[in-house]
Amino acid sequence: MVEWTDFERATIQDIFSKMDYESVGHNALARCLVVYPWTQRYFGNFGNLYNAAAIMGNPKVAAHGVVVLHGLDRAVKNMDNIKATYAELSVLHSEKLHVDPDNFRLLADCLTIVVASRLGTGFTADVQAAFQKFLAVVGAALTKQYH
Amino acid sequence: MSLSAKDKNAIKGFWDKIAPEAENIGADALARMLVVYPQTKTYFSHWQDLSPGSAPVRKHGKTVMSGVAEAVSKIDDLTNGLLTLSELHAFQLRVDPANFKILSHNLLVVLAIQFPSDFTPEVHVAMDKFLSAVALALSEKYR
Repeated sequence: MVEWTDFERATIQDIFSKMDYESVGHNALARCLVVYPWTQRYFGNFGNLYNAAAIMGNPKVAAHGVVVLHGLDRAVKNMDNIKATYAELSVLHSEKLHVDPDNFRLLADCLTIVVASRLGTGFTADVQAAFQKFLAVVGAALTKQYH
Repeated sequence: MSLSAKDKNAIKGFWDKIAPEAENIGADALARMLVVYPQTKTYFSHWQDLSPGSAPVRKHGKTVMSGVAEAVSKIDDLTNGLLTLSELHAFQLRVDPANFKILSHNLLVVLAIQFPSDFTPEVHVAMDKFLSAVALALSEKYR
């Protein structure tokens, strides 16, 4: 089981309680598709992903970014049981979506950068460590059911 | 994943904006790396103080960023331009090249914090490619 310090728990709750899901979700997914263009392989039916402007303006990308971010809510609410909480989603990502688990890390990096730009100097090294640890745990849980 | 003309323009343009803050950027990125990726502290056991804002961290952040500045000036041939630095890292420092990626990530986080409106997705991808290219050039002499 993952050990969380009081600081880490408080930090995660704080970040997500104040998060603008619409904006952060949209920007994180769009950034991922721009910075790591091979991730576009999973979104063949999203229409125009031809360049950065198209990706940023694509309404399907925006909508899906919010879906993904809300997917993190389960982990925020069940920090002591993330592995079990994501068992079903892990099967989905493996069996149905066929997502290479390395992509969880790529999206996590983009999400870190978007949250950093929103929080500014409030995103201290300790806050960054807590946030990245949280995303790494979620990524591991999503990878767990792959075989 | 080599640098296109568009990438180089984006990098040089962005570098002009951030260069005045280079020392602060380097210090912050290094400090974050030591906190968020504690295994990187193993390279600095000779420092008295590894905390963010400490003198050795600030000084070394400045050193690292002057290396990045040099890379920007030699962007058209990083492999040859950074040969001396590669030899330093390969033969003397012997930093595991996996750490270049870690420091690069922390540099990007600091850039996002300090230049939120300039660090657009297009600048982000160009800088990520650039730092990867620098890391590759630094790894050149390892084996």
